[in-house]
Amino acid sequence: MAKTSILGLYEDPEDGAKAMDALHAANMDPNDFDVLTGTPYPEGAFGEHVPQHRLFRFPVFGAMVGFTLAIVFTAATQLAWPIVTGGKPILAVPAMLIITYELTMLSAVVMTVIGILFESRLPNFNPGAYDTRITEGLIGVVVSVEEGRESEIEAILNNAGAMETKRA
Amino acid sequence: MRQGRQLDEIRVNKELLNGALETPAWWKWAVLFFATIVVTGFVVFGIQTNKGLGVTGLSRPVFWGAYITTFVFWVGISHAGIMISAILRLTQAEWRRPVTRAAELLTVFSLLTALSFPVIHAGRPWRIIYWIFPYDFARGLWPNIRSPLIWDPAAIGTYLTGSTLFLYVALLPDLGVLRDRTTGWRHAMYGALSLGWRGNPRQWRLQTVAGVLLSALMLPIFVSVHSIVSWDFAVTPGVEGWNSTIFAPYFVIGAVHSGVSAVVTMMALMRWLWKWDNFIRPEHFDALARLLIVVATAWFGFTVVEILFSLYTLEGPELAFRDMQIFQWPWSGMFVTFLLCAFFIPVTMWLFKSVRSSIVLMFWTSILVNIGMWLERFLIIVPSLARKQPFVYTWGSYQPSIVEFTMMAWSFAFVAMNMLLFARFFPLIPLFESKESMVFTTEMKIGRTTIPAVLREQE
Repeated sequence: MAKTSILGLYEDPEDGAKAMDALHAANMDPNDFDVLTGTPYPEGAFGEHVPQHRLFRFPVFGAMVGFTLAIVFTAATQLAWPIVTGGKPILAVPAMLIITYELTMLSAVVMTVIGILFESRLPNFNPGAYDTRITEGLIGVVVSVEEGRESEIEAILNNAGAMETKRA
Repeated sequence: MRQGRQLDEIRVNKELLNGALETPAWWKWAVLFFATIVVTGFVVFGIQTNKGLGVTGLSRPVFWGAYITTFVFWVGISHAGIMISAILRLTQAEWRRPVTRAAELLTVFSLLTALSFPVIHAGRPWRIIYWIFPYDFARGLWPNIRSPLIWDPAAIGTYLTGSTLFLYVALLPDLGVLRDRTTGWRHAMYGALSLGWRGNPRQWRLQTVAGVLLSALMLPIFVSVHSIVSWDFAVTPGVEGWNSTIFAPYFVIGAVHSGVSAVVTMMALMRWLWKWDNFIRPEHFDALARLLIVVATAWFGFTVVEILFSLYTLEGPELAFRDMQIFQWPWSGMFVTFLLCAFFIPVTMWLFKSVRSSIVLMFWTSILVNIGMWLERFLIIVPSLARKQPFVYTWGSYQPSIVEFTMMAWSFAFVAMNMLLFARFFPLIPLFESKESMVFTTEMKIGRTTIPAVLREQE
């Protein structure tokens, strides 16, 4: 069923928190409403559930990939054109460690950034109802609502003290 | 004590976006000025490429001169970003907030500039590609990973990529603000760059975790980069003054010293040019100066130990080299200037609160540090090469030519121009960090006095 996005705007964070409480009380699915702010507020300030993430897996995976590729790269390139220096082994382990370290870290950082975007659900160019005043300090409570319940949700948002509601 | 006014979010947006949304009158002239030097630099580089390295002062036995010195100098400056941003973020230092973006930006542009110098120095720059990329597949010939000249691009490439991504991730919320304040092509550009940022709790949570996680990942890279740059010299046996085990930490701490000083210079300029008195305040300069006293003293300790240990062996060539580096003209003049500029004058001045709180004095002392730190690198590289060989008839000296001076000027203009161009499109002070500071800052009344207090979430 098609869903409508409704946004309630609040000047006071307290009113935003009240709107979130009212939506919980109306048995809305927590995945269907969210609070939007232009400033990072303390976790749970609006009674929202604290988002869980798996970001820490990304750098570990990235590091493993980078380490493996680096070992293959450094070993294979030396073996491809063996240079015997003073009777020492072809594979120069100390030099390999330096390149391996850098490639491991590079891959870990790149995967972390990919993880940050993935866990932040970005990119998302179809964000639903939004108002540019949110980045000026207003608190937005956005609700994804099934057709037919729009008026009910708008009433909940208005009762919590919304200065304005809008649909998208 | 907070030395500025507390602003609301609209005012924060207006003041911090004054460079990105409006064009200050001086901006065009400044960009034009630096662009002229940059273009001149490119022309001179073209002449050098055409004529060869004979147009520089490089000659036997000194083949590493001002270019390599400037390369090490800019790699050093690049350590500002992670020092300020990562360490202060991890330690939750509240005063970091207005400083982080500029420091990260300085890292990116100074690394780009640093990377240019091996190319400029190569004489035949197209040959650089042989260092980094595999070539001549028919014979299976690959870059020699045993060479420090391969370690350098690996380390700097990693640091540059990581710093750029770090900068971009921290820029996302501010790109959302810019998207909301613009129209037309700018709105489309910021909309695309912000990736649809909305500012929900998940995104803010990830932004916080990202700051800490990326800081923790970037710190080991930051340490490795200047260590590896130092190994360009330290793994070379047979050059007096280079083959030293202390070089890696010595270079890292020196890089932090010059990098943080460069951030001070930049902060003073930002405050003057964009009139960000409410954000970059004397208390920030005071905090940076305290940090610099610690860093400079640690660096000075390494300088003393480096000389002391080289003398301890009582080996003739090492003693002769140190005698030349410290007591023989013109090196002696540079050595005294280097110590005065990099340590004695600024650190003595920073001991006084009146200096630490004076933006003008902090600006000039930070400039002095970087004059001194450039000379330090010059004194490590050039005198060692001047007496590289054991026979007197192979000794020589070196003086940079006008071409090298022009390319050095190019490097400063290149960084300055890029910073100005960035500032025309993006905020140099993180908006969301400033706003977060407002949410978490309050005033506490204790007895009959009121003090500023910062609240922290329990981890």
